[in-house]
Amino acid sequence: MSKSNKNGMLIDYEYCTGCFSCTVACCQENGWEAPLSGMKVMEIVQDLPKDKAYLTFLPFPTELCVLCNHRTRQGLDPACVKHCMANCLTYGPLKELAGELEKKPRMVLWSPR
Amino acid sequence: MKEDGVKIIKTTTWSPGPGCHGGCGILVHVKDDKVIKVEGDPDHPWNQGRLCSRCLSMTQYMYHKDRLRKPLKRIGERGQGKFEEISWDEAFDLIEQKMKKIREDHGPESVIFHQGTGRDIGGWISMLAYAYGSPNWMFGLSGISCYTPRLMMMSITQGDFAVVDASQWHEKRYDDPEYKIPETVTIWGQNLPATCPDGFFGHWYIDLMKRGTEVLVIDPRCTWIASRAKLWLQLRPGTDAALALGFIHVMIKEDLINMAFVERWTNSPFLVRTDQEKKRLLRESDLIKNGLDTNFIAHDPVSDSFVVWDSDHQTYKKKNITPSMEGDFTLALADGSTATAKTVWTLYKENAEQYTPEAVSKITWVPADKIRKAARIYAKSQPSALHWGLPIDTIPSTVPTSQAINHLWCLTGNLDNPGGNAIARYAYDVVTYPYHSGGAILSLPPEVMDKRIGIHDYGAIKDFRAWAQPDKVLEQISSDDPYPIKGMWIQTANPIACTGMEPKKWRDAIKKLDFTVCVDLFMTPTAMLCDVILPAATFLEKDSLKAWWVPLQAIKRVVEVDDCKSDIEINLELCKRFMKDFPYDNTQELFDTLLKSAGITYQELTDNTWMIPPKGHPSKPYFRYEKGLLRQDKKPGFRTPSGKIELYSSWLEKWELEPLPYHEEPPYSPVSTPDLFADYPLILCTGRRMGPFFHSEHRQIPWLREQQRDPVLEIHPDTAEKYGIAHGEKVCVENWLGKITVKALVTPVIHPDIVMAEHGWWFPEKEGKEPNLFGVWDVNVNQLIPMGHEGKAGLGAPIKSMLCKVYKAKG
Repeated sequence: MSKSNKNGMLIDYEYCTGCFSCTVACCQENGWEAPLSGMKVMEIVQDLPKDKAYLTFLPFPTELCVLCNHRTRQGLDPACVKHCMANCLTYGPLKELAGELEKKPRMVLWSPR
Repeated sequence: MKEDGVKIIKTTTWSPGPGCHGGCGILVHVKDDKVIKVEGDPDHPWNQGRLCSRCLSMTQYMYHKDRLRKPLKRIGERGQGKFEEISWDEAFDLIEQKMKKIREDHGPESVIFHQGTGRDIGGWISMLAYAYGSPNWMFGLSGISCYTPRLMMMSITQGDFAVVDASQWHEKRYDDPEYKIPETVTIWGQNLPATCPDGFFGHWYIDLMKRGTEVLVIDPRCTWIASRAKLWLQLRPGTDAALALGFIHVMIKEDLINMAFVERWTNSPFLVRTDQEKKRLLRESDLIKNGLDTNFIAHDPVSDSFVVWDSDHQTYKKKNITPSMEGDFTLALADGSTATAKTVWTLYKENAEQYTPEAVSKITWVPADKIRKAARIYAKSQPSALHWGLPIDTIPSTVPTSQAINHLWCLTGNLDNPGGNAIARYAYDVVTYPYHSGGAILSLPPEVMDKRIGIHDYGAIKDFRAWAQPDKVLEQISSDDPYPIKGMWIQTANPIACTGMEPKKWRDAIKKLDFTVCVDLFMTPTAMLCDVILPAATFLEKDSLKAWWVPLQAIKRVVEVDDCKSDIEINLELCKRFMKDFPYDNTQELFDTLLKSAGITYQELTDNTWMIPPKGHPSKPYFRYEKGLLRQDKKPGFRTPSGKIELYSSWLEKWELEPLPYHEEPPYSPVSTPDLFADYPLILCTGRRMGPFFHSEHRQIPWLREQQRDPVLEIHPDTAEKYGIAHGEKVCVENWLGKITVKALVTPVIHPDIVMAEHGWWFPEKEGKEPNLFGVWDVNVNQLIPMGHEGKAGLGAPIKSMLCKVYKAKG
């Protein structure tokens, strides 16, 4: 198991509002030029049976995400986690974050490359 | 200083840059006098380390290749796009000479000082207008339809503005022991995560939701927050007053009114004369010779006599009375005649009677049972907070609409309570520009202010705020009546792409003038038409301060970018040239003077970066009306003519407007214009927001533009199918005023009978000179919205409730 696989990112997609702070924070931190970014946000909209649409935004660490190694080495959160307007991203050891999945629904755990 | 030569500077945000109305704390990373990174300040209570995409793009914004860096002077025809660079000295000399000539020949009132939304500009542009001598300081949106109508209505109803208490007055925020998490927040007409700049931070509601707050959403669209709401009411655009009156009806019928609060703090017991065509609040002067017309009348049930409410002393002239809340009365007047009267509360209930959930359902399209449920949720929650948005301003009936909604927190006592709607004042009472019609940093004599455009048409324009009425200004530019307009100073505004309805009329108006200046950061469709363009600094390149609402904040110059100058410094220099004995030599002196009410100097403010008023200060909640912290005389009560919350408004009565709220159809709707509706069968709502853009800004910033390349029209899948439109296809949106072509965004979030367009679009990457003007005419939806439809108070305009048809674009 390589070193980078030990940590991951927990997304609480109940609260992601699709504001793109993560996408742009990554560009600023890592110098990506549009359209590249280590974080992209997917949008899923569907009508629920009771005649109301439900909007979900799902942040996704792309092939460019290195979990901000240079920051986490200094004890800082990745730039996207730090700036998330909804505080819905958590960085940490995958094992610990997996435990969080049991505590609250509408979460997803990513293990970027 | 870090080892790698990077300095980190703590400051706070405002426009220009992120575009918004600021508030966030940031840490700016600077290397070799260049900003290399902007991060959220984790120690700032406002954003607690978070930051939006616009502020995170500041490096791309500041150092953009297209940024204006030197003053420009037009050398070709207007709109031809031919400019030459000049020095600041040349620019100031030219402006001084041209504007002084206009002043000599036509009077100072013939120059309009035109600003955009509530950026860091109000204080400085009014200062310049008044130093020049013009009373015509203006925000160019038709009907001044952005927060001003709501501010006006709040001001005359309870003497102060109220905003949701999301704990922003506390350094410890949600953990402060005095604070209460709202049981429910009602979000009335705002797509919070993408917007919410009125001295607020939209994502506080996500913080509150995580802490247990339930959300009730009123919106024609199923927004992100609507999809998470306990209850969502999908109303027809422009029918908000009817819905609020439906809430009030239910609350009265089901005993959900906080009667103790209403009896004690509102003018509900006051008597209103009912035997004449126009109802009128009875005054002491009606009953007693030499009585004051500022005092009001109530009925004492114990002695069955009439008592005088003494507005100056904030007491009834008879001791220990509990006035009648309801009833019909006959009184003898001072002139020997008799009159009949009812209490405000009796009239209030009669007024609400017609707004049954069934009747309101027909008007608003919201099912009656949902109206009942929503009214119960709002009224029973403790505390209950109500957040409202721009749609309350962007209708000609904005006055009765904002009045009805404002009444909701007054009828439930959710005013200045923890977790309700708290009274919001400038922090430490530091005022850069006031909301009354008097002076600001400078003042003009009454005979000059009397020439302010619109004040003779509308009492509310005369008595609230000091802006000229923009629809009347546009009219006057073309009519020269009662005096000609010859010049325009445009700063933080882009009327051709953003604030101007019928923008071709604004183009013609600007081109008709003798001399125009535009101060901006990029070349815009508006700047392209002007004679001189001045390059403004971003908030990271200037010193300033911010006080609405909390905290009191310093904005610090971190770096310089070429020859860009701050709006304040530009205006200060010209003030000195226009006004003999202008009292301030530099910004430091000006800021020190403005900060006197806080008892600090600008240096002290910058040392602290931000400050929150202490407990007991009039600019800090809670329950200030009980403690005598709102009125100048320190008596309990409110800053209104009577000192009460005026449910029946004496100001509206004075302006000859209806003193109680009511529903009025939008001017163009299926109901008011069925013939037009036959040809234009969709309701056109505008103003869809995208977080990465602020109004007409940021389309040239790569990181932001990447999030949305093109303007879109939201259209429901059923409607799209009916018209043979596929997702992503180009569609024409057209009505009797104009046409645009944008991309269809087929989505179930919008009602099938409504389409939602975006405002503020232009293409910085396209040809700028006329007639193209950066492609603005292809996509600016304001071409489908009229000027001159302001409401009866001179406020409000039909910006979000027009009619249109949609069809597939050819080719």
